[in-house]
Amino acid sequence: MSAAGRFLRGDPGAGRVVPRGARAAVSVGFLAGVMAFFAVLALALALAAGRLAENWSGELARDATLQIFAPKDQVEAQARAALNVLRTTPGILSVRVVTLDEQKALLEPWLGPGFAVETLPLPLLIAVTTDRAELNEESLALRLGAEAPGAVFDNHAAWRLPLVTTAERLRLFALVCLGLTALALAAVVGLAAQAAVAANGQVIQTLRLIGARDSYISHAFTRRFTLRALGGAVIGTAAGLALLAALPQASEQGFFLVGIGLQGWHWALPVLVPLIAGLVAWAVTRFATRASLRRWS
Amino acid sequence: MIEFEQAGFSYGDHAILRDMSLTLAPGSFQFLVGPSGAGKTTFLRLCYLDLAATTGEVRHFGRSIAPSERDAIADLRRRVGVVHQDCQFLDHLPISENIALPLTVNGIDPREREEDLRALLQWVDLTARVDAAPPLLSGGERQRAAVARAVILSPDVILADEPTGNLDWDMAQRVLTLLVELNRMGKTVLIATHDLNLIRAAKARVQARVLRIAQGRVQLAGADL
Ligand SMILES: Nc1ncnc2c1ncn2[C@@H]1O[C@H](COP(=O)(O)OP(=O)(O)O)[C@@H](O)[C@H]1O
Ligand SMILES: [Mg+2]
Repeated sequence: MSAAGRFLRGDPGAGRVVPRGARAAVSVGFLAGVMAFFAVLALALALAAGRLAENWSGELARDATLQIFAPKDQVEAQARAALNVLRTTPGILSVRVVTLDEQKALLEPWLGPGFAVETLPLPLLIAVTTDRAELNEESLALRLGAEAPGAVFDNHAAWRLPLVTTAERLRLFALVCLGLTALALAAVVGLAAQAAVAANGQVIQTLRLIGARDSYISHAFTRRFTLRALGGAVIGTAAGLALLAALPQASEQGFFLVGIGLQGWHWALPVLVPLIAGLVAWAVTRFATRASLRRWS
Repeated sequence: MIEFEQAGFSYGDHAILRDMSLTLAPGSFQFLVGPSGAGKTTFLRLCYLDLAATTGEVRHFGRSIAPSERDAIADLRRRVGVVHQDCQFLDHLPISENIALPLTVNGIDPREREEDLRALLQWVDLTARVDAAPPLLSGGERQRAAVARAVILSPDVILADEPTGNLDWDMAQRVLTLLVELNRMGKTVLIATHDLNLIRAAKARVQARVLRIAQGRVQLAGADL
């Protein structure tokens, strides 16, 4: 910590031996800002995709439905039998018959308020909450088949699992974007540092002639570039956060949409972006300037 | 302080200096003369290890330093102050900061040495010009600033490459006076020059040895100077 403090405070005058106008340093600040902006968005995307995958594989995964498709006179008997099976199956937490009114309410947005839902051959619907770890679906299916042949148990896996996969891919994609952003920043900063060393050949020559060690010269350049990258990244991160804050926040109820914005303690994560940018810039400039100086002698 | 033992230097096949055996003794004052292109600058660069001898050996303070020993070379340059032919300032810093630069790169805060700095500026008569950028100084002011920078770390040896090259006579005398005063303080001084009048003026004031470079060899010049 004290080493970092010393680094930021700098040696007296160390910051000044590298000419201010060093163009490369200015563009490093700008590019670090742009990268940090993208990094914050990619981070938010990764977190949102993570939440999405979690929702679809967690909360939602507990819900299942059971429908009875049977001739009218058998529906009630089969429903009773099915309920009995469910109630005696380990891993079934609760069962509830969805009333006709509830079904109407569910269908109304799709069919319109005037539609006479009664005319539809609606199956009897039972909402089930399961404990996925305990439930043995195969044995449940066997028992249902024996006692209520018209019962169809649906754990929504058919549409849920592809969505989970998609969300997980999306998160992977966002993480890859984050990694690439860091790599691109490293490459840009490294090239800029090398260019700066090359462009300041006269300054370096003079510093060497008056007895500056290479570590001192490297430190002066590293400091300049790290501070520029840090400054740029802070601004870029702030811009990214401002954009996220301005996005409409999708409500938590949103069935399978999740707001891209950050939630809760996740707002603290972007602080890492400028820190990592600064760290990357420090490591890369240090390496690049030392390599250039070695080649020079 | 600096010893040459059958040392030579060549750029590729082009031998500039050969078979030099001589010593810069502590507290001595010497001139290095020779026509332009004779190798005076090359000789000085061997002295502050900007170049390494291609044959023979050069020892600095009793030690032979390899070109790869970057830190040892940096440390040597703290003990050998150089007044470069083209001064070598950082043009983006005012002259006072340029003079203090050897302190800065050694991790010494120039503000801790304010008294010394003020005295030094007074000695080279640049007090009124402290804030000027190097390109705005006259030739004489630049040379005096270069002398000040060369001595700020109290080196044991001071090398000056044509320090009066493009100065008028009065200004040349002032710079020479500074170097003579340094020698009186016990510093080893070596001045490369082709100005024979300067040598005569110095000889009236110090015990000076004259080294002449001719055909790549360094010899002690006769009494004709
Ligand atoms: N980098 C170099 N490459 C090849 N030859 C050089 C180089 N630098 C100087 N020389 C040659 O070395 C000789 C001595 O140069 P120098 O020491 O500068 O002479 P002086 O200082 O006495 O005028 C000159 O002939 C010059 O052309
Ligand atoms: Mg010369």
